[in-house]
Amino acid sequence: MEFAAFLLRRLAWSLLVLVGLSIVIFTIARVMPGDPARMALGPRASAEQVEALQTELGLNKPFVEQYLGYVSGLVRGDLGQSLLTRRSVSDDMRASFPATLELVLITILFAFAVGVPLGVIAANWKDRWPDNAVRGVAIFSAVMPSFFIALLLQVLAGYVLQILPTTGRLPRGTDFIASPTGMLLVDSLVQGRPDVFLEALRHLLLPALALSLATMGQVARITRASMIDVSRQDYIEAARAFGIPERLRLFKYQLRPAFVPPLTIAGLEFASLIGNAFVVELIFSFDGMAAYGVRAIQQKDLNAIMGVVMVSGVFFVLVNLVIDLAVGLVDPRVRIRGART
Amino acid sequence: MSDLDLSEQAALSNAWQNWYRFSRNPTAVIGAIIVVVAVLLAVFAPYIVPYPADAGAVVDFQHRHLPPSWEHWFGTDNTGRDNFSRAIYGLRVSLALAGVVLVIAVPVGTVLGILAGYFGGWTEIVIMRLTDIALAIPPLVVALAVAAVLEPTLLNSMLALASLWWTWHARLVYSVTRQVRAQEYIEAAETLGASKLHILFREILPNVISPVAVKTSLDAGFVILIGAALSYLGLGVRPPTPDLGTMVANGANFLPDFWWESMLPATVILVLALGFNLLGDGLRDLFDVEDVR
Repeated sequence: MEFAAFLLRRLAWSLLVLVGLSIVIFTIARVMPGDPARMALGPRASAEQVEALQTELGLNKPFVEQYLGYVSGLVRGDLGQSLLTRRSVSDDMRASFPATLELVLITILFAFAVGVPLGVIAANWKDRWPDNAVRGVAIFSAVMPSFFIALLLQVLAGYVLQILPTTGRLPRGTDFIASPTGMLLVDSLVQGRPDVFLEALRHLLLPALALSLATMGQVARITRASMIDVSRQDYIEAARAFGIPERLRLFKYQLRPAFVPPLTIAGLEFASLIGNAFVVELIFSFDGMAAYGVRAIQQKDLNAIMGVVMVSGVFFVLVNLVIDLAVGLVDPRVRIRGART
Repeated sequence: MSDLDLSEQAALSNAWQNWYRFSRNPTAVIGAIIVVVAVLLAVFAPYIVPYPADAGAVVDFQHRHLPPSWEHWFGTDNTGRDNFSRAIYGLRVSLALAGVVLVIAVPVGTVLGILAGYFGGWTEIVIMRLTDIALAIPPLVVALAVAAVLEPTLLNSMLALASLWWTWHARLVYSVTRQVRAQEYIEAAETLGASKLHILFREILPNVISPVAVKTSLDAGFVILIGAALSYLGLGVRPPTPDLGTMVANGANFLPDFWWESMLPATVILVLALGFNLLGDGLRDLFDVEDVR
């Protein structure tokens, strides 16, 4: 019962955030100076042509009516059509988002697989050289520009060592149609193509590595702090006194409660991950939503830009919703207080 | 000696103590040195750089793609301009971006955070829900969208980032204010009939200053990184104005052969962001505010 109430409150919450987000994005795109129809047709189009396109896109209706129209489309999964290609933005999103999702998920996996052990090591050897080394790595990863690490990896692994492919999602001319999910790692397994799976993984490694560095440092830092916090609890002292084996104490009694803060941080990290994905996808010619977004921005395709921002926002809100619910399941204090602090 | 002198003396020795503790903290000192040197270089760029003319649109095909040397510390770019001179000029753009964004975002966030934390009720609901919405938007994505819809200028990027950045400070100040509000001396001030303004800005604000200072320093580094990413994507200042992110993007076309054209400006961005980060970390130790990040 208690959990149902928490779930409901949290859902209502996310919905409110999404409504707010849609208003902000719509206002940015419509109220800002410049006429989308004029932008789409270019400076040489006649006034009649611009007016015709305005009518077609509903740009001369009142603002509130336009917004409601956009939102009702949004609810049905319709993001409008691209001003340039006239293709449905939703279709473009369905084609490009899975690639970005795949990249981001692998990135998070990397970040936790490396970051959590680093944090545990640092906490266990607090103020000694492993701790200092990990803290150094954490600071360094926070200030490393995303394009710098991406270019470095590309040059090192791609040109100097020549061990990994540096562009695209698959070798040119690979005979493979990504369906049903659009995520190559999943689809290749579903279709029983281990060769494609391996190639897709090889192509994912460098971009995911480049993208994961910043998050990895954060995860290591938070895990360290949280492990140190927990280690000061009486029951850990008691576990030591009872002679419970070090490894069991460390991983079962200390790491499990200490795992909540890194998990919540992961939710917030998605925002910077999606941002950095724009740079990383561009550098590795990785054909995802961010690369699509960069193109849309260069061509001033307003509906496509709004689509990219909306999908990023929805994705971010959903991820945080899921994480909050997971944390609420693990930690009863959270669902009683209602929200995480 | 009067009481006033004593308290002045106390304040003075306090400042000395703080300075002493700061100077004993190697990371903080390194961070401070990087930041100060960067600011000085940026301000006096025209008098320092070896080739001031290269900050503009100069074409010198005889000297293009030269590797780093004594004459050209960072080598030259694809039109033969001195990369070191351009990188020093590029500091101006990065620092101006961070400065303007934070000068707008920090006071706005601080005031709204204090209001939400002290008054609670509807003030809190409206302000904190607004921050929730803003946190759901990746800052780089919004800056990209704004830069795309408007003309991609430095000013527009600044405004776009500032319009989101205040939320982080609002949340920080809000949580500090909530803790302070429950303390007895605030209650005492209320009972004595102190005005709301007095309580907000004389009783609560001083508690907020050190965590905000730490966060501002850390944020300066992050704003610089986002600004660099924006210009890397071609949405920064217009050429030929020198800009570090743009230099990296241009240089990346000539990787791996002419590596210095992208890697060295990228290193400058890294060091600049590192400086602000170390400074922030040092201040955090100094003020003993553990949970700010």
